[in-house]
Amino acid sequence: MRMKGISQAIAQAISQEMERRSDIVVLGEDVTYWGAVFGFTMGLFDKFGRKRVVDTPITEQTFMGMAVGMASVGLHPVVSLMFVDFLGAGFDQMYNHMAKNHYMSGGQFPMPVTVITAIGGGYGDAEQHSQVLYGLFAHVPGFKVVVPSNAYDAKGLTIRALRDPNPVVIFGHKLLTGLPFLPYEGGEDEVPEEPYELEFGKASVRMEGSDLTVASAGLMVHRAMRVAEKLRKEGISVEVVDLRTLVPLDEETLSRSVKKTGRLLILDEDYMSYGMTGEVTFRVQSRALRDLKAPIQRLAVPDVPIPFSEPLEKEVIPGEARIEAKIREMVS
Amino acid sequence: MFLKPEPTIKDLKGLLESANFTLDQLLNMYYQMNLIREFEEAIGAKYYEGKNPFNMASGPIRGEMHLSSGQEAVAVGVGGNLRKEDVVVSTHRPHHHAIAKGTDIRKLAAEIFGKSTGLCGGKGGHMHLFDKEVRFSCSGIVGASFPQAAGAAFAFKYRGEDNVAVAFAGEGAANHGTFYETLNAASLWELPLIVVIEDNMYADSTPKSVALATPHHFQRAMSLNVPSFLVDGMDVIDVYLATRKAVQRARSGGGPSLIEAVTYRFRGHFEGDGQEYRERDEVELWRVMDPITRLGNRLTKLGVEKERLENERRKARERVEDALKFAEESPYPEPSTALVGVFK
Repeated sequence: MRMKGISQAIAQAISQEMERRSDIVVLGEDVTYWGAVFGFTMGLFDKFGRKRVVDTPITEQTFMGMAVGMASVGLHPVVSLMFVDFLGAGFDQMYNHMAKNHYMSGGQFPMPVTVITAIGGGYGDAEQHSQVLYGLFAHVPGFKVVVPSNAYDAKGLTIRALRDPNPVVIFGHKLLTGLPFLPYEGGEDEVPEEPYELEFGKASVRMEGSDLTVASAGLMVHRAMRVAEKLRKEGISVEVVDLRTLVPLDEETLSRSVKKTGRLLILDEDYMSYGMTGEVTFRVQSRALRDLKAPIQRLAVPDVPIPFSEPLEKEVIPGEARIEAKIREMVS
Repeated sequence: MFLKPEPTIKDLKGLLESANFTLDQLLNMYYQMNLIREFEEAIGAKYYEGKNPFNMASGPIRGEMHLSSGQEAVAVGVGGNLRKEDVVVSTHRPHHHAIAKGTDIRKLAAEIFGKSTGLCGGKGGHMHLFDKEVRFSCSGIVGASFPQAAGAAFAFKYRGEDNVAVAFAGEGAANHGTFYETLNAASLWELPLIVVIEDNMYADSTPKSVALATPHHFQRAMSLNVPSFLVDGMDVIDVYLATRKAVQRARSGGGPSLIEAVTYRFRGHFEGDGQEYRERDEVELWRVMDPITRLGNRLTKLGVEKERLENERRKARERVEDALKFAEESPYPEPSTALVGVFK
């Protein structure tokens, strides 16, 4: 079926897996009536009721800890962390327990937990409601980090997460949800009705090109694609690689692309320093240094919080004009 | 200080009779408490080997060490009510809870020594003990046990199983937000959860008097409609009987309970702790209430011969000696195993 946005796709994936298996329980703030605010759990309450779709009190630390306890005795909780910005209120249970218990216990306690959270700015929600922060999760061993950019990927990656015995965090960009109260920067995808899985650690080449590779994830993939379309008419051939999962990271596809184009721009909506852009740079140069025709470059949030006022926000979140200028500079 | 008055022998007999409590059960508790004490004292002695001058990194047992001598009655009184399928989530001071839950003490000791035969193959160590066999886990993070036990309790209720989950925590941990948050959710959802606050008066070195606005936690639990028991944590019978009520309530779908057990740790917060925050007299005073001696005296009054008690203690000591020998003789893990097991 045609589907607009990742929210519906994620909700459908959860729904289909819940029908198949009774060990999946959804919990978090506002997961029933509001579908976890950004729609990732919409429709589940009507179908499965409050026994399996549970509104929690506003207690991130506690419901994340409950997910750890649920997983330890054989459930597979799906936990909504409404905005990723709220992770501070629940992070201990995530990075000290959810991510570590399998390792610490010598393999006795796998942690099949799927956390779904909303990321990103671009609509004026300011410092505490507009961050991306997937770098923090990717930095701690024990989480798989999934960043879908379209409905087809979102469904396949969510079903994969629900069948994974490890903690997986799915980062859904708010401007890709397809919800009526938010700007939408995605497209419409053909999404199969039946359940399917997409493998983790497989990047997708969204657009083939020969002059420069843009590596990105989530919303930024769409901005890169639009710029690439525009530049193509001028004879600048850009290859767009959608990383899809940051952990595990598909070094193979990335380095193959860079070997072909010789230039790499890493585009990220997370903070710049010590983040995804640095990690990708390191991994690519270690595999394809001799193939580089120019130094690797990056565009990311320049280490300031995301400000409120529109011109300020536009200044820090990479937009198409800046992406275009950067690419032009790199290929000239 | 909270200690219940010592019952006369007639009242004690009456109490045991009305509670359907057999002498064999009491003797088993005596054995269990001795097993924990012998284990802790043996680990304590071993810990200082190679640590003169004191250095946490040296000797056969590395890192911090938090022992529970003095708190045996809480672990055994609670543990005596639990089945293998019940979940226990413990804290950074976990040995007594692990032993009372039925963890294999050989594997427990081996884990503390960082050996490959340990519960977690040497990856967890003293503060991160996991035993899936008896559904035991713990966390070195203060306040972390409450929600995890509640999660297991949620799963039991969801699947219609009559198991219970127990969260142990100290009185310092009960100042953590997770304490209130968990009790609220557990009460709301009537989860088969039992929260046990082991109040040993000190959060590390910080006395309860400077960290808590009320002397008791049960008041806070009751404000969330969680039935609570304030028990004498130096009296295994008191702990056992209160826990029995809480467990029955939880198993029958009645929801959570809180047990606040006032107890005392005879050793420092960690081995090497100078204990400047408390007076020697205070420790000596509490030693008079040693839960093992106290139960021993009662058993003697109930007609158990001294040799029988001595025999239980000897059995415990021998098992501990065997466990430590096993741990010491076991090989260290293959270094390369450090690099595997993050993901399943």
